[in-house]
Amino acid sequence: MSRAALLVLADGRFPAGGHAHSGGAEAAVRAGRITGVADLADFCRGRLHTAGLVAAALAGAAALGRDPVELDAAADARTPSPALRLAARKLGRQLMRAARATWPAPELDALAREFPKGAHQPVVLGLTARAAGLGPEEAAYCAAYESVSGPATATVRLLSLDPFDATAVLARLAPELDQVVERAVAAARRVAAEGVDALPACSAPLLEIAAEAHAAWPVRLFAS
Amino acid sequence: MTTAASPQAAAVAPATSPTATLPPEAASAARAATTTAVRAAPAADAPQPTTSAGVRATARIVARHDGRGGTALPVLAGEGPLAPRRTRGSGAEARVLLVGAMSGPLGGDRLTVDARVEAGARLRIGSAAATIALPGQVPGPARYDVRLTVADGGELHWLPEQLISAHGSDLYVTTRADLAPTARLVLREEQVLGRAAEQPGRLTSRLAVRIGGRTVLDQELACGPGAPGGWDGPAVLAGHRAMGQLVLVRPEFARAPVAARVLGEGAALVPLAGPAALVSAVAPDALRLRRLLDEALTELDRACAGPPGDLR
Amino acid sequence: MHLDHSHPATPAVSADAHRPDGTRRAVRIGLGGPVGSGKTATVAALCRALRDELSLAVVTNDIYTREDAEFLLREAVLPPERITAVETGACPHTAIRDDISANLEAVEDLEDAVGPLDLILLESGGDNLTATFSKGLVDAQIFVIDVAGGDDIPRKGGPGVTTADLLVVNKTDLAPYVGSDLARMAADAKAARGELPVVFQSLRGESGVAEVAGWVRQRHAAWTAQA
Repeated sequence: MSRAALLVLADGRFPAGGHAHSGGAEAAVRAGRITGVADLADFCRGRLHTAGLVAAALAGAAALGRDPVELDAAADARTPSPALRLAARKLGRQLMRAARATWPAPELDALAREFPKGAHQPVVLGLTARAAGLGPEEAAYCAAYESVSGPATATVRLLSLDPFDATAVLARLAPELDQVVERAVAAARRVAAEGVDALPACSAPLLEIAAEAHAAWPVRLFAS
Repeated sequence: MTTAASPQAAAVAPATSPTATLPPEAASAARAATTTAVRAAPAADAPQPTTSAGVRATARIVARHDGRGGTALPVLAGEGPLAPRRTRGSGAEARVLLVGAMSGPLGGDRLTVDARVEAGARLRIGSAAATIALPGQVPGPARYDVRLTVADGGELHWLPEQLISAHGSDLYVTTRADLAPTARLVLREEQVLGRAAEQPGRLTSRLAVRIGGRTVLDQELACGPGAPGGWDGPAVLAGHRAMGQLVLVRPEFARAPVAARVLGEGAALVPLAGPAALVSAVAPDALRLRRLLDEALTELDRACAGPPGDLR
Repeated sequence: MHLDHSHPATPAVSADAHRPDGTRRAVRIGLGGPVGSGKTATVAALCRALRDELSLAVVTNDIYTREDAEFLLREAVLPPERITAVETGACPHTAIRDDISANLEAVEDLEDAVGPLDLILLESGGDNLTATFSKGLVDAQIFVIDVAGGDDIPRKGGPGVTTADLLVVNKTDLAPYVGSDLARMAADAKAARGELPVVFQSLRGESGVAEVAGWVRQRHAAWTAQA
């Protein structure tokens, strides 16, 4: 396994569509729930321990080779908002395109055939990590980090925040990222024996509710 | 330790419950006031198997189509703080109220409600008052598990009053509904963080709904002191103190799913990935939450193509 | 990347010249340029000029979702199923250059929805002079500037002006009013672009978009001839 592959996969410039998504930050900014750096930190922390943990566990389980179709169904059940399910599938499809060009693998081709309109992004991410020779920890790290880097980058654009402040928010979350990854991978390892119910199902009501409102806006900067 | 309640003797009209007609805040206060007394002097017909590990109690309800267009309750059994009572039903539907003896869950308690609706039967379960999670003598979290099973052609309405997380409490509550492909469900859950102007305890609540063996909803919410960070922040609750879920399962949603819709500032109606719909809501307090969910249910009732009748 | 040739049943990866079924795909032409230079108006005019001879569709990349797509819908230049918008997260140039995945998906979805296409026009959101399309996304690109944006733009150059396969200087009818020197613009463009073509156009004039439409026809013919 090449650890450098993790840098390629986790790079914010990896061309997999993430730049057009705010991870709920655009809706939270409009609602006045994010007005500055402190709110951003709180938002990211909440997202990390809910959607981020679930994504990390799904990615870890996919990287371990668990059935991606079952994992995709588990992701559906953990994503009540249809707007977020659609966003996750769009991102999954975009990541699939980038992954197949970067780390060609029969498993990726098979998943692309199974889900022509895209599987949930964390599932594709886990299989991509696998194709890149990475393990469940690396896959979970990517998913957990994306769950906070997306909103941080988006908020820099939305509120003209100082980019150093936004990056410092991410740096200060690092110990919690470690914890989330540990919890996610432990759950992912239990899937083989216990099935997908072993995966965490942590939810953030406002992320789900606001995603529906956001999807109905006629004019917006971000896709989600 | 099981007390099978005879429907006649145990009939309790909802209005006779001391707290049923009070607004949630008042109900919580009343519950808090009666809690100690109830625990100190358990009802004679409901011996509490108290151990050093807290109370373990199970309530069992089985609803069966009686062959004459009605629903019978061949099993209606409570234990300790869980006392199910049959109340006057309506048409084909049997009604059960979880009443009075509920004082917990306290720390270390382990309570289970197991309700089964057999093929073609119709059951509605409510509770006479809000359930309050309180700190107990025994250290460690309390657990409250609700298992709901509905067979083909059966219908269950699970509409308990709020679950209130009192300061210092620690509760893990799980609700799992297992439905056959043509079963129907109306499920409402509401969590309230703290009694009036009180800091909440720790509350983790997981809700899973399975239809024909396929999980269509699996959501856990963790909040209060000790919960993972950010739970009260802008992504999760943002200071809201009441949150609720309303799940509707109807076979006809497979053909005609509900359209996703925002219901005001803190609520949305969404189609799930299966023949089910969810209203997810957050509100500043229990009253406003209930109003939101009631309105959503009324609207769904009107919009749904299902048979006429009050969904509640 | 031609990974697909070993997996013919799976979707195309990027700039493959063929569809998964082996047929040659539509030629994809990008239109970029600064805000207000007339990209959307040019796209609308091209649709009107070409829609009877070619099966075509449009992808817009707005800064604000769907604004340009909705303009095209209002103008009814094409049926709605032939117009789609890509959301760009406040960075339209990223969506056409650095991370083209959403645009590639939009292109695939259009062909799924309306059947095989001859031509797809991809319009970038109004951006700056450095925004260009990735070669993984388009087969040729048009850069649209206008005389009112300053007659020194061709001299200033930048990747769009210098390297686009066609440079369109739009709104020539306004030149007398804004004091732009068309001859100087032409000379500067020639200096910056060498043999690459430049079209001066006024959509209000008699010939309108005809010259640009002719160029697009040539590109389509050349693309088809390579099959």
